[in-house]
Formats: sequence, C-alpha cells, structure tokens
Amino acid sequence: MIHERSLSVQDAALPRARTAARAARRAPGLRALALLAPTLAFLLLFTYWPILASLVQSVRIETFGSTETTTGLGNFVRLWEDAGFRRALVNNAVYAAGTIGPGIALALALAVGLQEATGFNTALRSVVFFPVMIPLVAAAALFSFVFLPGIGLIDHYLGKLGAAQVNWLGNPDIALFSLIGLTIWKNAGYYMLFFLAGLQAIPQDLYEAARIEGAGGWARFRRVTLPLLGPTFAFVFVIALINAVTQIDHVVVLTKGGPSDSTNLLLFYIYQQAHENYDHGKAAAATVVTLALLLSLSVLSLRTLERGTHYES
Amino acid sequence: MKADAQARWLATGLLCLVALMWSTPLLWMAVAAFRPQNFGGLDMASLMPDFVPTLANFAEALSSADFPRLYLNTVLVCGGILAVQLVTVTMAGFAFARLRFRGAGVVFYLLLMQLMIVPPVLIVPNLVTVTKLGLYDTLLAVMLPYFGSAFGVFLMRQTFRTIPRDFEEAAIVEGASLFQIVTRVLVPLARPGMVAFAIVSVVSHWNEFLWPLMVISDPDHQTLTIGLASFTRGAESASQWGVIAAGTFLVGGPLIAAFALFQRQFVNSFLFSGVK
Repeated sequence: MIHERSLSVQDAALPRARTAARAARRAPGLRALALLAPTLAFLLLFTYWPILASLVQSVRIETFGSTETTTGLGNFVRLWEDAGFRRALVNNAVYAAGTIGPGIALALALAVGLQEATGFNTALRSVVFFPVMIPLVAAAALFSFVFLPGIGLIDHYLGKLGAAQVNWLGNPDIALFSLIGLTIWKNAGYYMLFFLAGLQAIPQDLYEAARIEGAGGWARFRRVTLPLLGPTFAFVFVIALINAVTQIDHVVVLTKGGPSDSTNLLLFYIYQQAHENYDHGKAAAATVVTLALLLSLSVLSLRTLERGTHYES
Repeated sequence: MKADAQARWLATGLLCLVALMWSTPLLWMAVAAFRPQNFGGLDMASLMPDFVPTLANFAEALSSADFPRLYLNTVLVCGGILAVQLVTVTMAGFAFARLRFRGAGVVFYLLLMQLMIVPPVLIVPNLVTVTKLGLYDTLLAVMLPYFGSAFGVFLMRQTFRTIPRDFEEAAIVEGASLFQIVTRVLVPLARPGMVAFAIVSVVSHWNEFLWPLMVISDPDHQTLTIGLASFTRGAESASQWGVIAAGTFLVGGPLIAAFALFQRQFVNSFLFSGVK
C-alpha cells in the first residue's frame, strides 16, 4: 500500500491522516473504477466495440434477396480474390517502406546536422518543422500545384535545369512515389524532434572516451550514437507505421486512389467499400486484416523498443 | 583537419538544400496568395514578390466558402474535445499514478491497444455507432470518439508521478477530500503536462479530415479541412492557384502563427508526446 508507507512517519501524531489513509485503503478498487469509468466507457464505445463489431461483421455472410445470414470466411475469400484489395495491400507496403525508411534516415541526418543549438540551426529546424503544423489536407492542396505538370513548382524549376515535364500524379508508375515525397516533406520535422531529444540524452563523456581511443567521426556515430538511439528508432518507427496506415487525407484530395488504383491504400480501400460500394462484409474483412497487420507490427517493434532500452542502463 | 572542414561545408550545403526544398511550397503559398489574379499563368510558380500585393485571392476564397462558419465549427470541435478530454484523462491519469487496484495491468494494456489502433482505422464501424445514436451529421459525432484518450491518460500519469506526494499528504492532513486534492493541489501542479496535451490534442483535431468527412454532410456542420478540400476541388478545376494558396493560408495560418509565437512550448509539447 502506497499510502500506508508514505504516511507511517506522521501516523502517530496525526490521527486524522490515519483515518483518511484508511478510507483510501478501504476501497481503492471502487475509487479507481470510478475515476477510470469515463475513459473506459468512451474507449469501449469507440475502440473495443467497433473491433468486435468488425470481427462479427467480417464473418457474417448476407445472401442476396434474403434476410438470412450464415457464418463463414466468405468475406475474406472475396477480399483476397479482389485484385483491388491486393493492389492496395502492395501499395500500402511500398508506401510504408518508402515513407518510413527514407523519412527516418532523413530525420536522423537532420537531427545530427542541426544538433548544436546555434541561431542558424534553430532557424533551419523551424523551417523543417513548419510542414508538421499544417493539416495534411492543406499540404495536399499546396502540392496539387507543386505537382502540376508543366507550370507547377517542380516542373517549372526542373524545366529551367533542362528536365522534361513529368506527370507526377497522372502517371501510374510515379503517382505513389509523389505521395511518398509529400509524406516525407510533411513528417520529417516531427521525427527529427525525437532524434534531437534522443541525441541530447547521450552522455558527452561517451564521445570523449571514444575519441581518446582514437575513434573517428564515423566510428563514433556508428558505435556510440546509433546503438544509443535504439529506443528512439523503435518509437519513431511505430509512429511512422501508424501514420502510413491511418493518414490518407492526401489520397482523398489528390488522387482518389488512381490513376488505375496505383495510389489506393488500405484505409482508402475500406472507405471505398463502405461508402461507395456499400459492401459492408468486405469493408469489415479489410478492417480486420488492417487491424491485425497494424497491431502485430506495432507490438513487434515495441518488443524491440523494450530490448533497446537495456542499452541505456 | 582539412578533410574535416570540407565535410563540414558539405554538410552545411546539404542542410541548406533540404531547408530550401522544405520551405519552397510554403514560401510559394505566401507569395501566390497575395499575387494579383491577372498575373500570367505560366509564371505562377515564381517565388518573386515582384508585384503590388493584393487581397483579391483572399476575397475570392472567403466568398466561395463560409469561412467564419468553418472556423467556428473547428474551434467548437477542438474546444469540445479538449474540455471533455481534460476531465477524463486527469481522472484516469490520477488513478494510474496514485491508486493501487486489481486489474491495473489489464486496463493498462487495454489503453495501450487504443494507442496503437488509432480511431481512423475504425471509421466504418464507428460511423454505424454514431448513426445508431442518432448523431449523424452533428458536431458531437465528430468529437465523440476522441473523448477518451489513452495517450492523454499516459501523459497525465507521467505528469502526476513527477509531483511529490508531500503536497497531497499535507492536504489530507488538512482534511481535504479526494476531489479537492485533485482539483486544488494536483491539477495546478500538473499544468505543464496539461498544456503539452492540450497543444497536441488541438493540433491533431484542427488538422483532422477523414472522420469529419465521413460523419458530416450538411455544409453548415463542416470543419475547416473539409471546407478546404471541397473548395480546392472547385478552384483547381478553374486553375485558380492563387485562390487555393489563399485558402490554404487561411486554414493553416492560425496554427503556424501559434507555432511561430510559442515555438519552444510547441516543440516541448510534441517531444513530451513521445516520452511515455
């Protein structure tokens, strides 16, 4: 009992405190329940119940022209047979790999480069952080001009360097990579913050020790900085993964999954099935698959996070 | 040492290049929003403010979408979510930080799950729930899924843990009730954590798009991001890039201004959001 131990010194002199502590001891469970109730009620209604509802809906098979339903894996079979879903799955994997890997590498490079708090560095940090503050929808609106063929920002300036026009969002081979570029632009500053904090937490004497043993700049980075940033990597990885699955505002605004499904991602596919095709069985099955992927990958990287923290002690 | 100096220059050069690429879209937004509309379409990408600034683009943006209404709705949504969240996360955070109870571990993992699943994945079943509650197309429907926040609970738990118990014990000695201890003693001391949570919460809901898009159909109930998206579609087909820049400016402006004013506080809040 926490209260017991902390009050023991004063107990003899202060009987009132003892009664209060006893009251707190009597029903800590009830008290905790009352305090947790609002949070749990909202989470139950909008997190746990919908997960359960999706699971139930995903195995319920509705027969056309009848009210009877049967149970089975039919929705998952139909889902897997849908080339659109497989495309969305592959696209999302490419999108995740393209945003997470390069995004994290860039954020780390920026953090290392802007580590010292000089005026110049602080200004550059702000510049990189500004895109984090604007809505993804606003970023997408801006990038509709950035990507505009011929007269848009990219083509205008690349054209001055002699490059040919590119249909950044209209070419099915390029569109997904354009969205990856937009996402990295939007999120790099956010991830950079965590690496800056991680770098600050590394004790300077470790670098001193490495220097005395004759380690060069690169060796110090590889042997000291990288291992000690382990927990930061795992943490940023999880955030970037969640973003890669749940942030699709730019898909809705810029491409609607096209051209020819080349930028369709899992959540947008779910949205389409529910909102445009009214195929609730398929939408639920896709939700279940997405949840399973997200949850297992997050848990996996959090395990790594736990292992990574041992470095610090 | 010469190679070191060269490497340093190279690194600075690369950093400047990144900074240039990162700032160009926003710089373009700021320039294009004030550019006269009859400006030659081909040089629309120019970043040079070589013109007399005009508010014509803003006037047109303001007339083609009901911005005052969009601002009001967004402020109501962000404020409503935050007000309820502050109550729920303070209560639950206190329970985790100060009370020992059976099942704490299970509840902790249940909360952790919400942290990783994030409501956007559950938009379809949540839409069904909101409709059954008769809340479809209301601002309350936009707010409701966020009233409980696992992230906020963890943050408050951390914050309460940094406060020494002496303060509460002194209050107990003076006969304060649990309610008084939380509201009079702990909450004022936990202000840094609450400010951090408030900033992260408001920024994320100000910027939210997909969920309001699902549950709102009446233009009078739209939030800024929804308004911007539909307004962009119209302006894009008419190639009114200056108007799009002005609209984006109006939507992103308040948060960018707040960030510019309270930079340190914002950065600390976002960092705090990572320290769990």
